[in-house]
Amino acid sequence: MMWVGAGILMLVGVSGFAVVRTRDVTAQIVALGFYGLVMALMFFFFQAPDVALSQVTVGAVALPLMVMLALSRMRYRKTALRAQTQRKNSKQGGKGNEHE
Amino acid sequence: MPPHMELLPYIVAGWLFFCGLYGIVTSRHLVHCVICLAVLQTSTYVLLLGIGYRLGGSAPVFADISPGKVVVDPVVQALMLTDVVVEAVVVALMLALVVKAYEKSGCIDPKDLSTLRG
Amino acid sequence: MSERVRLFAFLLFGGLFLALYCYAIMDLPAWGFYRGPYGDVIAGVAVFERHATDVVNAINYDYRAVDTLGEEFILFTAVLGVMMLLRRERGEKKKSRSVESVPDRRVLSTTIQAVSVPAVFLTVLFGLYIGLHGQLTPGGGFQAGVILATAPILVYLAQNTEAFRRITSHPVMEFIEALGAGSYAMIGLTALGFGLPLLTNFLPLGETGDVFSSGTIALISAMVGAEVTAAFLLVAYTYLEEIISGELSEE
Repeated sequence: MMWVGAGILMLVGVSGFAVVRTRDVTAQIVALGFYGLVMALMFFFFQAPDVALSQVTVGAVALPLMVMLALSRMRYRKTALRAQTQRKNSKQGGKGNEHE
Repeated sequence: MPPHMELLPYIVAGWLFFCGLYGIVTSRHLVHCVICLAVLQTSTYVLLLGIGYRLGGSAPVFADISPGKVVVDPVVQALMLTDVVVEAVVVALMLALVVKAYEKSGCIDPKDLSTLRG
Repeated sequence: MSERVRLFAFLLFGGLFLALYCYAIMDLPAWGFYRGPYGDVIAGVAVFERHATDVVNAINYDYRAVDTLGEEFILFTAVLGVMMLLRRERGEKKKSRSVESVPDRRVLSTTIQAVSVPAVFLTVLFGLYIGLHGQLTPGGGFQAGVILATAPILVYLAQNTEAFRRITSHPVMEFIEALGAGSYAMIGLTALGFGLPLLTNFLPLGETGDVFSSGTIALISAMVGAEVTAAFLLVAYTYLEEIISGELSEE
């Protein structure tokens, strides 16, 4: 029984390292979700059902969701601003041709 | 119990702490930095729950077992419970700071943020 | 400091820290042989003193209720911080430029939109069950709050942004969050009004195993659940406000 626990602990260590070494943030969210799930499995093994329930809902759902919301807000602003400057430039280009 | 397994959860906790710190130091994206901070926070859960575990003990919920049986330590679990939920909202606060910094300066690399503009 | 110097300094001092840490943990009890007295003392008396079968929640909301009060106010303050940083000011004459919608929302199939309705029902039911049975089985206010908060997120993911906006941007949401945090403090102060120490369990304890048992534990658990739900939904709405309304605030 302790060997199962040791195996789960090693899996937690490896997943934590994988989360840190993933450089692309969108892929890191997936790794974070997996890490949260493995931590919940470890809490379940440690006979802590309350903490495992908390970790499943937060670490596998709420925490990746928060990161995704932040990323989507940054991306939305960037693409919306770029689209607006493109529209402005094309309008000014058209007006310049008219004057000529 | 084999001697090399006596300190396993504490070693894994120290390893996770070191990994999180390594991620923060070598980070090139602010959101990556915040996620590594979250990993750092989870290392403390492993340490505390490793201390409270008892071989052969069951969960400290007496809904279906009689109140005399051997259970694991409930005090450390109570400390962890609130911490896990509060961590998510504090990460949301740090990400709000990151979003604001990105909007003001336009760069996402921590190195570029350190130049003061006159 | 260049990157290589930073990495070298970190490896040096991080290695030193790891060595000191390994030396320090050698005195901890072996894994699986918990020896401290407090866990055994509380596990022995909690069921009889508080009529609550879930000892972890009895510790959280009764024996160490002051710590949980502090954690709940951390949550409250963090949500306040997010809202102050990211929220657009209303009623001010801020020059806001409206952008045309960025065209990348794919239309979901009707199957997904149809299945999301019973999924939301089940989520809310499960969240209420977990929240109300905190003193009997694993669960309680914090977990129930997060589970209930995922139901409107499911509505948003099924592309019903109008419904999501109506649920979460209402000022009732802010009121629920303030109510949850404030009533926890008020329950504690009411105990002071009776001449007892702060946050004493002064309500009738009831029978062990009943849903309405264990005095203030069930009440505090429900209040915490309401507060955590409102907190998560306010944070989600604050992040999504720009995208939902389609306007960018001028900085």
